[in-house]
Amino acid sequence: MDIFVCIKQVPGTTEVEVDEKTGVLKRDGIDSKMNPYDLYAVETAIKIKEEKKGEVTVLSMGPPQAAEIIGEAYMMGADRGALFTDMKFAGADVLATAYTLSQGIKKLGNPDLIICGKMTTDGDTAQVGPEIAEFLDIPHVANVKKILEIKEDSIVLEMDMPHTIEIVDVKLPCLITVEKGIYQPRLPSFKRKIATKDREIPFYSLKDLDDHDEMKYGLDGSPTQVKRIFPPEANTDQEIWKGSGEELSERLVDKLGELKFL
Amino acid sequence: MSFKKIDNNDLDFLVSICGEDRIFTGENINEDYSHDELAGIHKFPEVLVRVKGTEEVSKVMKYAYENNIPVTPRGQGTGLVGGAVALHGGIMMDMSLMNNILELDEENLTLTVESGVLLMEISKFLEDNDLFYPPDPGEKSATIGGNINTNAGGMRAVKYGVTRDFVRGLEVVLPNGEIMEVGGKIVKNSSGYSLKDLIVGSEGTLGIVTKAVLRLLPLPKKAISLLIPFPNLEMAIETVPQIIKSKVIPTAIEYMVRDVILASEEFLGKTFPDNSSDAYLLLTFDGNSKEEVEQVYEKVAHICLDAGAIDVLISNTQERQESIWSARGAFLEAIKASTTEMDECDVVVPRNKIAEFVKFSNDLQKEFDIRIRSFGHAGDGNLHIYVLKDELPKDEWHRKLNEVFDCMYTKAKELGGKVSGEHGIGYAKKPYLEESIGDRGMWILKNIKLAFDPKGILNPGKVC
Repeated sequence: MDIFVCIKQVPGTTEVEVDEKTGVLKRDGIDSKMNPYDLYAVETAIKIKEEKKGEVTVLSMGPPQAAEIIGEAYMMGADRGALFTDMKFAGADVLATAYTLSQGIKKLGNPDLIICGKMTTDGDTAQVGPEIAEFLDIPHVANVKKILEIKEDSIVLEMDMPHTIEIVDVKLPCLITVEKGIYQPRLPSFKRKIATKDREIPFYSLKDLDDHDEMKYGLDGSPTQVKRIFPPEANTDQEIWKGSGEELSERLVDKLGELKFL
Repeated sequence: MSFKKIDNNDLDFLVSICGEDRIFTGENINEDYSHDELAGIHKFPEVLVRVKGTEEVSKVMKYAYENNIPVTPRGQGTGLVGGAVALHGGIMMDMSLMNNILELDEENLTLTVESGVLLMEISKFLEDNDLFYPPDPGEKSATIGGNINTNAGGMRAVKYGVTRDFVRGLEVVLPNGEIMEVGGKIVKNSSGYSLKDLIVGSEGTLGIVTKAVLRLLPLPKKAISLLIPFPNLEMAIETVPQIIKSKVIPTAIEYMVRDVILASEEFLGKTFPDNSSDAYLLLTFDGNSKEEVEQVYEKVAHICLDAGAIDVLISNTQERQESIWSARGAFLEAIKASTTEMDECDVVVPRNKIAEFVKFSNDLQKEFDIRIRSFGHAGDGNLHIYVLKDELPKDEWHRKLNEVFDCMYTKAKELGGKVSGEHGIGYAKKPYLEESIGDRGMWILKNIKLAFDPKGILNPGKVC
C-alpha cells in the first residue's frame, strides 16, 4: 500500500508570544518540532505499512529548515520524503497550503491513502486535510479515531463526530485526518537515524509543480486576510465566598443571572 | 522514655501562641496525621499545632522542653519510613503553613524559603526566573523541609548530587526553643564541624528547620531523554557502569522493567511509547544547546548499542517527554495499586554492584514465593525494591517480609552499600541501621542527638 503523510513544522512550545503591535508570532530563538497531531498520522501510516506492506512517503511545505521533521519521520520509519519550499509559497492560508500540497502529491505519485493529522497546533483550523482531498477529487474522512479494517479497495474507519461515533467504509484512494490517540506514536530511533543519515530529502519549488500559476500559491493565492493577531484575554478574576450550602447556591444563581449565563 | 501527657494547661498555652484555629485535638485531628505513606504504623498525636513563623515554633518548643512533652515535626507526610509519625503522642508540629518563598538572591544564586514550601512550588517559581534547584525526588508535593530532613535524592543525583549539596544554610529551632542559624549564603565553609550538614538528613530529631537557603544553578535550556530497550534487565543494568566510565554524565539514569511499565499503563490509562522489551534504561541529558546535548547523547547511544541494546529511542519534545515521565512518575502508585500492602527497601549500593543486587533481589521472589517489584536510579546505585503482600495472611506476610528484608540488607552491606539512599531511617529501618553501622556508629549518633536534645523530646523513637 502506498501511503502519503502530510506533516508540518510548528513552534516547539505552546507558549509563543505574539507581538501585539505587528501581530506576528515571536519565533526567534524558539525551537521547532513536528506538529504533535502529525506524529499520530506518521504512526498510523507506519502501522498500516507493517501490516500490509508498502511504502510511506512524508511531505511538507515550509522553509528549508522544515527538512528536519522529514529526517525525524525517517527516524520513525518513513521510507521517503519531500519538502516543497519556495519563497512563492510563503504566507499561504489553508486554501493555498492545501493547493500546494495537492500539487506536491500529484508530483510524487498516486497514493492509495493520504493521512494528515487532525489539525496543527499553530494554525488550529483542521481544514487543510479535507481541502487537499477536494483538490485531488478523492473522498475524505476527518477525525478518524480507529482503523477497523483495510480491504482490497476500501478502508473501514471509526470517525469521531461531536455526539456519535460513525463507522464508515471509504473507497480507496482517499484521505483521512487522524485524532490524537489513534496509536501511541513511536519515538524516533537512533538506529534508524544512523541508517538514514545519507537518505536524500528532495526539495521542490514552484517550477517543479504542474500548475505554475503563481496566483494560486502563497500570499497571492490566499483569500484569507489576517487583519490582526492578538493573544486571547485571560480572565483570572476570583471571588471567594463563605457561607452555608444554601446561601452559597442562592448567591451562585444570582451571580450567574447577573452575568447573563442563565 | 516517659513524657508528660498533654493537659488543659498545655492546650491553653498552645492556644495563647497560635490561636484556637490552628490547634486540633482528638477527633478534630485528620486521620492523615496518624501515619505517613508506607510504614504501616498509625499513631495520633495528642495535639496538632499548625505553626506560622519561627517565633511560634520557638515558643512551642521552649514550652515543650520545659514540660518534657515530645514534639514531632511534619511537612506533607509523604515520607516512607514513619519519620513523621508521633510515636509517643505529644505535639505534632505541622510546618505546611510556613510556605512563603522569602528571597531570590540573584547575585549569590540562592533562594531563601520557609520550610513548608512545596518542591513543585520551588521549581515553578525558579523556572519562571530561568533558574533551577536540581534535586528532583519523585514526590513533588513534598515540602522542602521534609526533603532536607531526609536528605532526599531524586533522579538528577547522577549529575548534580542530592539535597545536602544544594542547602547552603538553615534556620533551625533547637529543642530548647533557641533559634540558630547554621551555614549561610556562603559557597565555602571550613568553620568547624558542619552543623548544617548534621541537620540535613536528621529526620527532625536534632532541630526544627524553619528556613532554608538553597543553592541554585542556571536552568539548562535543553533536556532530552533516551529510552533504551534491552533484551533483559541484566544487560540493561550492566551497561550503566560503562556509561559512567565513558565520562559522559547524564542527568538521570533510571531502569525499569516491562511489568512495572504495564502496571503504570493500566494505572494511568495511558500507553507508554514502547513496551515491547523486557527491560529499559531511561537516560536524560541536559545542556544549553541542541547541538551540545546531541553530541553527548550520541556517544552514550553507541555505548548502549554496542552493549546489546535493541535500539535507542529519542524523546526530544515536550509531549514525548510527558509520555515517558508521566509513566515514570506513577510507578510507585501503580505498584501500590496492584497489591494489598507493600513495604519498600531503599538501599543504595556502589554503582557497579547494582546489577548484582537487582538480580539477587529478583531471585528472592522464587526463594520466598513472594512478589517483588523494583525500579530505580541505576545511575546512583539507589534502588527501590517493593515486597508485595498480595493475598498473604498477615502473620506470613510479616514473617516473609522480615526474612526478605534481612536478606537484602545483608547483601547490600556485603556489597558496600547502605540502608537508605534517600528515604531515611525513621522508625521502620532502625534495626537495619544498627546492623549496618555497628555499636560504635550508633554510640556516636546517640551522643550527637544528646548534644542537641538532652531530654530527647524531639521526634523520639526515630533514627537512633
